[in-house]
Amino acid sequence: MSRRPYIRPISKTTWYMRNKRYKVYVMRELSSFLVGFYTFYTICALAILAMGSAEKWDSFLASQQSTGMVIFHGLALLYFLFFQTFPWFKLAPKAMPVQIGEKKLPDSYIIVGHYVAWVLISAFIFWLAGVI
Amino acid sequence: MSTRTRDMQLEIMRYDPEKDEAPWFQSYTVPCLEDWVILDAINYVKDNLDTTLAYRWSCHMMVCGSCGMMVNGEPSLTCKTFIRELPDKVRIEPLENFPIERDLVVVLDDVMQKLHKVQPYIMRKDDPPAEDEEYNQTRGQLMKFKQLTMCINCMCCYAACPQYALNKDFIGPAALALAHRYNLDNRDQGKSDRLNILADHDGVWDCSFVGACSEVCPKHVDPAAAIQQMKVDGAVEFWKQKLGISGDKS
Repeated sequence: MSRRPYIRPISKTTWYMRNKRYKVYVMRELSSFLVGFYTFYTICALAILAMGSAEKWDSFLASQQSTGMVIFHGLALLYFLFFQTFPWFKLAPKAMPVQIGEKKLPDSYIIVGHYVAWVLISAFIFWLAGVI
Repeated sequence: MSTRTRDMQLEIMRYDPEKDEAPWFQSYTVPCLEDWVILDAINYVKDNLDTTLAYRWSCHMMVCGSCGMMVNGEPSLTCKTFIRELPDKVRIEPLENFPIERDLVVVLDDVMQKLHKVQPYIMRKDDPPAEDEEYNQTRGQLMKFKQLTMCINCMCCYAACPQYALNKDFIGPAALALAHRYNLDNRDQGKSDRLNILADHDGVWDCSFVGACSEVCPKHVDPAAAIQQMKVDGAVEFWKQKLGISGDKS
C-alpha cells in the first residue's frame, strides 16, 4: 500500500469566510484602517496647528463639526467599541491572570478593573481638554 | 439508556490514496439512539454498513484524544459530540489543516515534531535532588499550570487555527500551551531557554489571537490564553537579557 497524503487547498484570500469566528476576527483587524486614518488625521491636525494661523485652525475645527464628520466619528467610535474595546477587555483576564494563593482572581474583577481604568483615563483626558 | 432512535444522514469524507485523486463524500443513513455520540454513529457505519471506512478512536471517554474530526465544519472530539445536539444531516470530515492519510485519518507528523521542539520536560540548571529527596511543589504552585496539563493532543486546536492553516511553520496552539505548562512549573529552570524558541520566528508572535483554539478545545485548556501570557513573558525576558539580568527561578 502506498502513502499519498492529500493536502486540502486553502484560499489565501478568502480563508476568513470559512466560519463566523474568522469573520469576527477579520472585522476586528479591519479596524486597523480606522487606526491608520486617525493617525493621518492627527498628523494633518498638527500640521494645520503648526502653520500658526488661527483662521485655518478654526476652519479645521468647524469642518469637524459638519454633520457628515460627526456621523463618521460616531460610527468609528461604535466600531472601535464593538470590535476592539469590548472584546479585548473581555479577553484581558486570559493574558493577565492573577492568582492569589491557590485561587485565581475571578475574571470579572480584571474586566471591571479595565473599565474603571478606561473611565478614569477618559475623564482625565476630558479634563485636560477642558470638556469637564 | 435511551431506546428512541433517530435516522441520521452521515456525509462522510472518503479518500483512498490508491484510488482517489481527491476526497469525496459518501452518505450513510444511521439509526442512532438519542444518547449516542457521533463516534457511536461512525462505529455503526464501520460495523454494519461499510467496513472499509478508516478513522482513529480508542477510549470513547475523552482521554485518548484520537477521535478529533470536523463535525459540520467544527473541530470536535467525536466521543464528546452528542447527536441530540445536531441536525438530522451531519457532515464529517478529517481535521482541517492536516494532510489526509485515508478517509478520516490525518497525518500528524508535523505536530508531533513541534511538540518535541518546545522542550516539554523539566529542565534544571541546579543539581537534581538527592535520591531520597524530591522536588517540592505546593498546591498553589500546581494550580498555576494544572489546566494546561489537561491537553490530550486531539489537535482540534490546530484544525481551528487560521494561522496554522496559512503558515505551517507556526508552532501552533497545543505545543505552545504545553511549553507554557513547563514555563509555569516551579520545578523547571528552562524558561529562558524555551522562550528563545517560543518567542522567535514561528512562535508566539505568529498568533494573532483569533481565539478559535480555545473555543473548540474539548478539555478547556485555553491555549490562546497561554500564548498571550507567553508574549508577555517573551517581552520581559527579551529586556532582561538585554539588561543582563536574566535568570530562571530555582
